[in-house]
Amino acid sequence: MQIPLSWLREYVDIDLPAHELAHRLTMAGVEVGEVTELGGWENCCVGQVMEVNPHPNADSLRLCRVNPGDDSEMEVVCGAPNVAAGQKICFARVGARLYNTHSERHETLKAARIRGVVSEGMICSELELGLGDGHEGIVVLSDDAPIGMALDDYLGDTILDLEVTPNRLDCFSVLGVAHEIGALTGKPVWVPEVRYQEDGPPITGQATVSVADPDLCPRYTASLIQGLKIGPSPQWLQDRLARAGLRPISNVVDVTNYVMLEFNQPLHAFDLDKVRDKTIIVRRAAAGEALETLDGVERELNTEVLVIADSRDPVGLGGVIGGANSEIGPSTTSVLLESATFNSYNNRRTADTFRLHTDASQRFEKGLRPELAPIALRRATQLIQEVAGGVIAQGIYDIYAGSDEPAPRVTLTLRRLKQILGMDVSVDQVEAVFQSLEFDTERLDETTVSVAPPYWRSDINIEEDLIEEVVRIIGYDNVPTTMLSTPIPYRQPAPMTELKARVRAALASVGLQETISYPLVSLEDLERVNCFAERSAPLRVANPMSAGHDHLRPTLLASLLGTLSYNEGHNEGPFRFFEQARVFLPRPNQLPDEREVAAGVISGLRSEPSWLVDNGPLDFFDVKGMLTSALALLGLTPSWEPAPGEENPALHPGRAANLVCSGHKIGVLGELHPSIAERFDLRYRPVTVFEIYLDDLLTLPVGSGRNFRSLTRFPSAHRDVALVVPEDVPAGKVQDILDRHRLVEKVELFDVYAGENLQPGMKSLAFHVYFQSSERTLTADEVNRTLDGLLRVLQREVGATLRD
Amino acid sequence: MTQSTVQSIEELTQTALRELALLDNSDALEQWRVRYLGRRGDLTSILRGLSQLDIEQRREVGALGNRAKSTLEEELEKRGQEISQARLAQVADLERIDVTLPGRPVATGRLHPTTQVVREITDAFVAMGFSIVEGPEVEWDHYNFEMLNIPQGHPARDMWNTLWVDYVNEEGQRPMLLRTHTSPMQARVMESAQPPVRVIVPGKCYRYEATDATHEWHFYQVEGLAVDEGITFADLKGTLFEFARRLFGSERKVRFRCDYFPFVEPGVDMSIDCFSCQGSDSSCRICRGSGWIEIMGAGMVHPQVLAGVGYDTEKYTGFAFGLGPERIAMLKYGIDDIRHFYSNDLRFLRQF
Repeated sequence: MQIPLSWLREYVDIDLPAHELAHRLTMAGVEVGEVTELGGWENCCVGQVMEVNPHPNADSLRLCRVNPGDDSEMEVVCGAPNVAAGQKICFARVGARLYNTHSERHETLKAARIRGVVSEGMICSELELGLGDGHEGIVVLSDDAPIGMALDDYLGDTILDLEVTPNRLDCFSVLGVAHEIGALTGKPVWVPEVRYQEDGPPITGQATVSVADPDLCPRYTASLIQGLKIGPSPQWLQDRLARAGLRPISNVVDVTNYVMLEFNQPLHAFDLDKVRDKTIIVRRAAAGEALETLDGVERELNTEVLVIADSRDPVGLGGVIGGANSEIGPSTTSVLLESATFNSYNNRRTADTFRLHTDASQRFEKGLRPELAPIALRRATQLIQEVAGGVIAQGIYDIYAGSDEPAPRVTLTLRRLKQILGMDVSVDQVEAVFQSLEFDTERLDETTVSVAPPYWRSDINIEEDLIEEVVRIIGYDNVPTTMLSTPIPYRQPAPMTELKARVRAALASVGLQETISYPLVSLEDLERVNCFAERSAPLRVANPMSAGHDHLRPTLLASLLGTLSYNEGHNEGPFRFFEQARVFLPRPNQLPDEREVAAGVISGLRSEPSWLVDNGPLDFFDVKGMLTSALALLGLTPSWEPAPGEENPALHPGRAANLVCSGHKIGVLGELHPSIAERFDLRYRPVTVFEIYLDDLLTLPVGSGRNFRSLTRFPSAHRDVALVVPEDVPAGKVQDILDRHRLVEKVELFDVYAGENLQPGMKSLAFHVYFQSSERTLTADEVNRTLDGLLRVLQREVGATLRD
Repeated sequence: MTQSTVQSIEELTQTALRELALLDNSDALEQWRVRYLGRRGDLTSILRGLSQLDIEQRREVGALGNRAKSTLEEELEKRGQEISQARLAQVADLERIDVTLPGRPVATGRLHPTTQVVREITDAFVAMGFSIVEGPEVEWDHYNFEMLNIPQGHPARDMWNTLWVDYVNEEGQRPMLLRTHTSPMQARVMESAQPPVRVIVPGKCYRYEATDATHEWHFYQVEGLAVDEGITFADLKGTLFEFARRLFGSERKVRFRCDYFPFVEPGVDMSIDCFSCQGSDSSCRICRGSGWIEIMGAGMVHPQVLAGVGYDTEKYTGFAFGLGPERIAMLKYGIDDIRHFYSNDLRFLRQF
């Protein structure tokens, strides 16, 4: 909302500087986004063109004699086609700082010789003054503009740009803001008085108005002005509208807009001669009806749309926009003026249906009070006659479904006020606040006040609304600042929140960078990671903002590979990313299953290039090492089981492992399937990816996490063992057999070898095996016997022999 | 015999000391020690020969031999220290490395700046007795709007441009959406628990919104809710003031102004005084010269919301608030564009 200060001053005295006023309004909940000053035109004044003569050397230029108010006459060269003798104009003397339309910047005006004639000043256009974009002609002021008056005094203004919240409908109008300022500054507010002569015949004989659907139109008022003349509005009216951000159109239409801005009530003017049978019927549209609206669009109507119709066809969409068939035109002489109240819910739905959020609908949808309709009607009727002439018919139509019930009263008790605010406010103070807001206030007893809010405040409905009025007027700084003193409630801790934080910390601590990416992805992204083999179609967004973000992701993999590919564009790596987020698995007629997953993607060289490090590509075992450490931080030692290729279509079929804890699969690790790496056009290979399923981690049996083991005080003994096993025996299996012996404290695989000196089809695995007991020092004999026993088991279970 | 023994001890001592003076490293010292003082060393051999002397001589020569032994030992010790001191004096030159060479790279991982700031925010409230709860990112219209006093067709719905899930129920409605704020958890928490309630809800939110330097369609929010008998607006002020001081420094001032959210009444907006310019710089990038920075929306829970979950609105009151971690991070770290957060550029992520 753009509100010119000059307009506000019509209704309320403002003696605060504009910025202070803006601050007060903002603090009270009517946010002023920007304060724009119009003016600063030094050495400019109102002048009068006394004489216009042709320029001796140029056909397109004129020589004007201008009176700047001191009876001196200045000779000025002017190129504007609209300059004429007698006009009041904006005159800039030498020394004025104006926008130069040639150099496109502000410059100081100098006396200049133009085609041989010295120009002693300039007659200004809108553009030069910064009033608008117009540069076709000069600004012509109204005839009563006082010659010689500084232009700042005559045209200068301050525009407040309000960011009004949806509840404060009143502040969509100049008078509403004036009432607010009155309450904040204690100044009285003058509402324009309406008085006019109804010299015409009774309206009832000239036009017929009826409301068929009062549920959608609780009040409909109309007046009639006949014999008027359509033309441009007077300058003051055009200026006001322009400064408030509306384009002047013609006198009658301008008045309807003016009164809407003034009182908030949208109005509509019909050309009565275009209304069939001079009959207005407010009704729901019939199926199949259509209307060409004022914006030139033909619209199919449905039976939930309220139309203003003549005896046959719709002539307007009630409270949204008029119809082209009854539009005011240059030849219009009879105007039926409508000021009505429409059902806010239906109005909003109609505006939504046609995507027509007009100045009118944005007011009606927020719920204008019916009391306003006749007030605004009379104001506009008077102004139309003032600017367009004509005779006003006797009487108005006022079809009001509700009776003139008094507005519902709202009661405030000081007890509730204290319960909400935590402070005492005296009944006198409360009353003073409501009176400043022009609420009809009644003190019921020493602790209770009842009010009826005025018609412009449709947002005051419950006691808490009144409490807000009190606190915003007395100021929030006056409320004490206290700490919560109620007992801290017990709440069951949320294990997932804690787990997520620990997983993130663990993954970061093994060198992975956390990323967060958009949870919406495209189907193509998902197809690229082969994610459909096992999952049903992902949830789609009905109104996506772009095709790239239209499905709720059932996997983090596509996003992570996108992140990898994006970073490869301007980074050498290494790339070690993880993300912890939810994936969304659809469920019929329910919210989707949102499952917490941590996933990672790792590729590039093992470390940044260094003079010290012998660098190789990050591979499966790097990531397995990271995960082993990260999971150990969480107290988990999973077993790593070869994962069948068909289970993980995104992974290399020969290089994937399931992470299993206590029989539960808690994750998967593997090299990215080579075909997917191709599709993402990834620079570094291999790409290793992993997923950890946090919901599954939470279901692990108690005790599978961290458990203290006492520190033994007996020394350990160690033996190195090189075993020859068939190539297809997993090292993990051999290690498990060694590990499970109760005297084996730790097993480290330090060499894997196949080739020379070994039979084909065999490999050698070399382990450090540490023996230890918590009860005694083991003798060499015991250790050797244990090892011999282990070797026999290994021989039996996996065909292992000691390497010579 | 005695004379010659005495003489040989003295000569041996002299020779040993002369040699010792020439030695310059610990290996040589050790060889010297073995040669003269070792178990089969020269002095030891001489002293071992004493057993053939009579007792008077033995005492006399023995004493001499022991004195010689301790002289040699003392001198050895002294020489040892001299050598090690000399070596230490030279160690800088002998063992110098180029300390300007880069260190061996160690992989580090960091948490995303949003994660870090969300943690900071929730920690501040947890310290004030709030518990963390989380809710679904895909929500029903019922919780996202209806239960928050934003019924169908309410003009305030325009404050939240919504991304709807392509799901139509049996009544032909489209009731599933991506939550536009974390506020739906207000109703969910209160439905499942009687007062007192004191929770904080961090999480992702979504809006149908064009992105620019200060707007993202995907962002985080932290919601707070406290409901009990006797909770007042003054408590809200105190709680948020304490939060502002924890995050932005103990000297912070806060300011409240009237604002509108349908699920609170009265509703406010909290600003902190500009920690960058303290209001002294009219061209300040952080506060745009106003001296104040808007941090969050808040208010007293609307009685309609309390009644909706079956709370006794005469008995219970409460406050709610909501803030954006990205905005807090942008202020704290001077980030000029919110779009950096979720484009995952390593050059950005590595700065936090």
